[in-house]
This record gives sequence, structure tokens and C-alpha cells, in this order.
Amino acid sequence: MLSYEFMRLALAAAVLVGLTAPTVGVYLVQRRLSLIGDGLGHVALLGVAVGLATRSAPVLTALLATVVGAVVVEVLRARRSTGTDVALAIMFYGGLAGGVVVVTRAPAGTPTTLDGYLFGALTTTTRTDLAVFAGMAVVVLGVTIGLGRSLFTVALDEEHARASGLPVLRLNLLLAVVTAVTVTLSMRVLGLLLISGLMVLPAGCAQLVARSFRGSLVIAALVGVTVSVGGTAVSWYADTPSGGTIVLMAVALYAVLSIARLARRGGQRPRPDAVRTSVRPVDRVDEIPLPH
Amino acid sequence: MLLSARPRRAPAAVPVACDSALTVRGGGFGHGRDAVLTGVDLTVHPGEVVAVRGPNGAGKSTLVRGVLGLCETHSGEVRLFGEPRARFRDWHRVGYVPQRHTVTGGVPVTVRELVSSGRLNRLRAWQRFGEADRCAVDCALEGAGLAGFDRRLVAELSGGQQRRALLARALAGDPELLLLDEPTAGVDAASQRVLASTLAGLAETGAAVAVVLHELGPLAEVVTRTVTLPGADAPC
Repeated sequence: MLSYEFMRLALAAAVLVGLTAPTVGVYLVQRRLSLIGDGLGHVALLGVAVGLATRSAPVLTALLATVVGAVVVEVLRARRSTGTDVALAIMFYGGLAGGVVVVTRAPAGTPTTLDGYLFGALTTTTRTDLAVFAGMAVVVLGVTIGLGRSLFTVALDEEHARASGLPVLRLNLLLAVVTAVTVTLSMRVLGLLLISGLMVLPAGCAQLVARSFRGSLVIAALVGVTVSVGGTAVSWYADTPSGGTIVLMAVALYAVLSIARLARRGGQRPRPDAVRTSVRPVDRVDEIPLPH
Repeated sequence: MLLSARPRRAPAAVPVACDSALTVRGGGFGHGRDAVLTGVDLTVHPGEVVAVRGPNGAGKSTLVRGVLGLCETHSGEVRLFGEPRARFRDWHRVGYVPQRHTVTGGVPVTVRELVSSGRLNRLRAWQRFGEADRCAVDCALEGAGLAGFDRRLVAELSGGQQRRALLARALAGDPELLLLDEPTAGVDAASQRVLASTLAGLAETGAAVAVVLHELGPLAEVVTRTVTLPGADAPC
């Protein structure tokens, strides 16, 4: 597998995507915006179609479309206007429909199939693509890790963050832009319809095993790299599409972890919270240390 | 509507000529265009523990949220440490305990992580957490009666314990003005006593405290002044 240049490039791209998508996803899951990546994927398709129709780089036009889409989402959320939900749906499905229509205007000779963008075409990654991906990954990780504490504080309690004088809107816009960059970066590896899977499922796995937010970030990134590299390798041997294989591996891992957790809980009898309630009744005056 | 101020006892050791930590003059606050409060005058000095009381719907939470800019200010002015709110930048001097009972998100968060987030406004965006910050978080946990709970997951705490974690988050920033919105709701008597002594300690160090309370409870010992918001249907 590694003797082929295109597979080496594909695996390198898989590492980059596997590392970045979940670190963004953890903040999105914390903010209960799990499906935003999916919506932005729809908008990205319009960008791709415009790129193909105008013979410009689809990655750049997709990046532009998703960044604009992400900023609109944040502004709508910040205004808290009624009908935000429907406004988002209009934007997402308008993007998808626009993409499908615009791509038919692509000049003759352009590969007009959107399949590669919808479901991923990892093995077509070129050296130039990889350099662009690496740059995007550095930007994304710089924000999600470098500004992690601020993003965490806002994701945890937006109102308190605002009362603390944090630039909440700017931080949310930054996360939105980083999400857009990640969507574009993951487009080739996973496909626009599956991007959200690699953002959210590793965060879901982390939810099951992590004992802190920082731990969740680390576990989500580890899970992301494992499933994206593993999925790419499996797709090579089993001759399956890379995007779907990667996401299925993440789903399988989530299922295994859920079952393991259930089994572990089932093994502990009586349950720890039941013990707490029965041994410690209401009054716990003596247990609480009074400050002096 | 004017706030009636009823002194409960003389504030101890309040410097006579000190500036107020919080001044509201003719404040009108509400949600969107709906006015909830009008003509509010309130001053809180360093070293004071002011209880804000009133029936349900009187606008106690709106007052606190209005002061912080979390809901609309329709009229009047709010000054924090003498500075009009729009120009106020030292938000690290202000601590806030919201009325919410729980903090939940999609990802597991430890008590220490939650409380540490209250320290963030003392740091620059890229600045690392130092020894002093860790100490402040430890003190805040102790002050909220949560020493030893730092590695527990917030989601696994009881409602009352989560309220105390929110208090600890506000304490972690070493606030000079602390605004608490019903911090005793759902909190057991022992923890209320811990809260009372923590607030007394804060006031002794010169901090100004305004606390929205439905029942005074053990906090009656430390409250230096009570202001009452008349109910919505009471004559103004």
C-alpha cells in the first residue's frame, strides 16, 4: 500500500483531517451544534459547483462559500431572531440545490460529476493539495488548541462568558470560520455529506470515556486519527470508498465503547449513585469544611 | 418605581469616602422592547452585602442581568467602579453567579475546568495558567465548600453542588463586585452557611456584594442592607 505515492499522500491527508475535524467537533458538540458541519457541507457544494463552472479552483470557492455560510449562521444565532431555524434550512438546502444546478453549467470537458465531492475522493490527493491541507490544518489547530480555553469558556456558558467581558461574538465567529475551513479541508477525504461524521463521532466517543474536557479533546483527536488512517487503509484493501469506510469505523468504535460502558456499569452492583443516596441521607452538615 | 432601601444594620468598616462599586441611576431594564424595570436607583459600596428581594416577577434577575449588560438597558445609567458601563473594561473585577441551576453541555467537564473558566478574564487570550491562578481556583473551591471535588464531573454533581460550582467559578476571578442571582435556591442549609461565611469574608476584604434572595436564611447574618423591588402589580 505504502509503495504507491497516491496512497502515501492519501494517508497523510487522512492524518491531517483525522486530527483537525474532531478538535473542532468537540467545541461544536459542547455547544450542541453537532449538525452545523453537515449544513456547511451543503453550502460548500455550491462553492464547488461555482468553482467547476468558472474553471477556478473548487477548493478555494468552496472555502469562500463555507466561510460566508458559517458567518451567516453565527450572526443569525447571535441575533436570536425567531425563524433562525428555517433561515438555516433555507441556506443549507439552497446551497445544495444551487450546487446541483450550477454544476451543469460547467464548460465541456470538465469532470462534472459531484460524486468525488459528495462522498470523497481521497486517492486523487496531489502534493499541492496536501500542502494546502497542511496549511489549513495548522490554522485550525492553532485556533482550537491555542485559544482552547477561551473557546471552551464560551462553549460552556455563553452568557457567563459575555458577563466576564470575553469577546463572545468574535470567538464564535472564529470558531465558525475554523469550522468552515475544516469542512473544506475534509471535503476531499470524506465527502461533503460525511464531513460531520468525523467532526462529531470522535467527540461522541470521547463523551463515553473521557473524564474531563481536555481529555475529551485528546481522545477525540486520537479517535479521529485512528479511524481516518484505519478507514483509509481498509478502503484500500477492501476496495471501498474512503469517506464511508472512515465514518463506518467511527460508528463501530462508538458502538463498541457504548457496549463496554454498559457492561462496566452493569458489572458494578449496587450502582454507585444508589449507594450514595442510601448511605448519606439529607443532612451532611459535618462533611462540609467551613472556611475560616 | 423606586427601590426602598431598608438598612438592617450598619455596614461594618466601610470606608467613608470610597467610591461605589456599582451605581444604577434611573435604570430601566427589560427583554427586547419589553420593559421589566423602570426608575431603579441602587448603589453598592465596597464592604457591603446588599440583598435584593422582592416577589416573583418583580425583576430581580433582570436587574442583575441589566447591570451586566445581559439584557437591554432602556434608560438611566449603570456605573461600575465609577465608570459608565459602556466604557468599563475591567470585567475581571466583576463576578457573576447566574440563576441557572445547572451547567451542561455535550462534553464531560470537571469541576476544576468549570471553576478555572472563571479565572480566564484575568488572563490574556494566549496566556498560560500560572501557579497564582491554580491557587485562586483552589481557594474558590474551598470557599464554595467544594474542596476535594475538583476532579469530579460537573454533570455528576447534585443540583445544589452545581450551584456551588457556579459560585466557585465567580470566586475564582477574585471579584471586587460580586453579583449573585438566588445562590441559595436548592442549596442545603449547611452549604448556605458556607456561602454566608464566604460572602462575609469577601466583604471584609473590601468587595461589594449584591445578592438576589428569595429567602434570607443563614445569609441574614451577613447581609448589611436589603433593597426590595415591589411586585409588578404593587403600586409604584
